Amino acid sequence: MGIPYSYSFRNLWTRRLTTLLTASGMGLVVFVFAATLMLAEGLQQTLVQTGSPDNVVVLRKSANSEVQSGVERAQAALLESQPEVAIGPDGRPLLAKELVVLINLRKRGGNKPANVVIRGVSAASLQLRPAIGLKVGRMPRPGSVEVIAGESLARRFKGCGLGETLRFGMRDWRVVGVFDAGSTGFSSEIWGDADQMMQAFRRQVYSSVIFRLKDTNAFDAYKARVEGDPRLTVEAKRETRYYLDQSEAMSRFLRILGLVLTVVFSIGAVIGATITMYAAVANRVTEIGTLRALGFQRKSILLAFVMEALLLGLCGGLLGVGAASFMQLITISTMNWASFSELAFSFTLTFGILWKSLLFSLVMGFIGGALPAVRASRMNIVEALRAT
Amino acid sequence: MDAAAPPIVVIRNLTKSYRRGSQSIQVLSGINFDIARGEFVALMGPSGSGKSTLLNLIAGIDSADEGSIRIGEQEITRLSERELAHWRAGHVGFIFQFYNLIPVLTAYENVELPLLLTTLKRRERREHVEAVLSVVGLADRMDHYPSQLSGGQQQRVAIARAIVTDPEILVADEPTGDLDRVSAEEILQLMDRLVREFKKTVIMVTHDPRAAEKAHVIRHLEKGELSVT
Ligand SMILES: Nc1ncnc2c1ncn2[C@@H]1O[C@H](COP(=O)(O)OP(=O)(O)OP(=O)(O)O)[C@@H](O)[C@H]1O
Ligand SMILES: [Mg+2]
Repeated sequence: MGIPYSYSFRNLWTRRLTTLLTASGMGLVVFVFAATLMLAEGLQQTLVQTGSPDNVVVLRKSANSEVQSGVERAQAALLESQPEVAIGPDGRPLLAKELVVLINLRKRGGNKPANVVIRGVSAASLQLRPAIGLKVGRMPRPGSVEVIAGESLARRFKGCGLGETLRFGMRDWRVVGVFDAGSTGFSSEIWGDADQMMQAFRRQVYSSVIFRLKDTNAFDAYKARVEGDPRLTVEAKRETRYYLDQSEAMSRFLRILGLVLTVVFSIGAVIGATITMYAAVANRVTEIGTLRALGFQRKSILLAFVMEALLLGLCGGLLGVGAASFMQLITISTMNWASFSELAFSFTLTFGILWKSLLFSLVMGFIGGALPAVRASRMNIVEALRAT
Repeated sequence: MDAAAPPIVVIRNLTKSYRRGSQSIQVLSGINFDIARGEFVALMGPSGSGKSTLLNLIAGIDSADEGSIRIGEQEITRLSERELAHWRAGHVGFIFQFYNLIPVLTAYENVELPLLLTTLKRRERREHVEAVLSVVGLADRMDHYPSQLSGGQQQRVAIARAIVTDPEILVADEPTGDLDRVSAEEILQLMDRLVREFKKTVIMVTHDPRAAEKAHVIRHLEKGELSVT
């Protein structure tokens, strides 16, 4: 048996102020680390939840997003007649030809403009997204200059609240309803009648065609056939896949940013831990000599100090993760980099992020404590005992 | 004492020098020294004469340049560092001038430390620790931290720690050097009792003639050589 863990723990407790300060430094790094991962996670979850696995999004070939895509009316009609398209209770295909346009709106309480997605929808659009429900007001009447706004948009943008009026496409649009889209990307959109929108924006083509599959397993065959059809220059993706791809660039950017920040900050935190542990070793030279004289091997001394540094790191990790978990209460709105539109999402703490953060804090503690622990274990017994 | 019994410590031609920069200081030059089992030896001599150095060599925490040190059946100058540490854990008890208790551990835990290097179970360790703490008269102070004890009490805890593994020899470097007269007297009586009652062999470095009086044998170290009083 070696030196008991309580020895390492109590030494940290005895100098708790130093421990707290050093652990706070590491906690800050863990906080940044965890928070960026939580941000990336939140973004991804929001975007992925936006899609449904039974839905298929059809875009122009090699268009990465709805904004870049165009599907001609004739092509849309051909897509509507495919046998894989599910039929709704009203006997009509569960398929929506949609138009996506970006416009500039100003935020409430400030005049900062931001891009917002305007989606021209058809009757099936709402049925295709069961997560979306009208919260207040009513649906726009077909053929009218009426729109409904996503809840998070209605709250944050001028003219988007119920009963307010928005001006775009050289027309005034009345907001007749506010819809709740949970935490999906749709809650940052404005919806109106597709044909009205196409006129207003002078568009000849739809942006995308979205439909429900009759049989979810039919997707691969459908994709192969449609993409090979010379009349159609389109690409089909499952809706979940589509939104995951959308979030990829942004969450990768966030993760890399987080990693870079973390690496830079962690150098400081590790140096802090090293200084603290060197001081701890210097203060306990006689103690180390005594333990060695009693018969403890160098290895035991090494282990005791490494343990102390790991515990120190763990304290930092718990502080950082604790602080980061509070971030879940905050909703972030930012640019969706794929569509350059506003998107609201929250920091999301997952079990994976939790253990990665704690592991990271242990690694910092270990690196910080390694050299001091080696110094402690290398001491000459007699010289250590003479240090009194 | 049985004159025919083999000595527990046999030192032959022991030399030790320290390097300081380019010059080397000869501290011990050819020491020959036997200590009988159960003897209480006081090592005296002027400051810097090498008393601590000799004691450290006997205790196996320093290495000699030349010569041999046999303790019991073991020639300790031949042991590797690892083996030496293992040997110390079972055969030597240390008593220091400044007690050298671990401040973050209680009296009980300090005394238990050397037992953590044995295969004893927790319950057996508890029995041993309680037994030695009552020998030194501190059974009621088990849960006190060193800072909550007087110097004399701390030294008694240190003595309990030194004897808990039941080693044959105890080495003490100025064990009363930091104590007032009353506490010093208590410690000396305790050490005397360890020799008489528990048959320990004690080697004590001291400057204090009063302390040396308790010993059976007083050896003087001067200019690297040993003389008998
Ligand atoms: N690690 C070392 N490096 C260099 N010189 C040393 C070292 N250890 C001891 N010495 C020298 O060896 C000599 C003997 O030291 P030692 O500590 O054995 O003396 P001592 O008799 O115990 O003295 P004191 O009564 O003051 O404790 C001294 O001159 C000391 O300076
Ligand atoms: Mg000395």
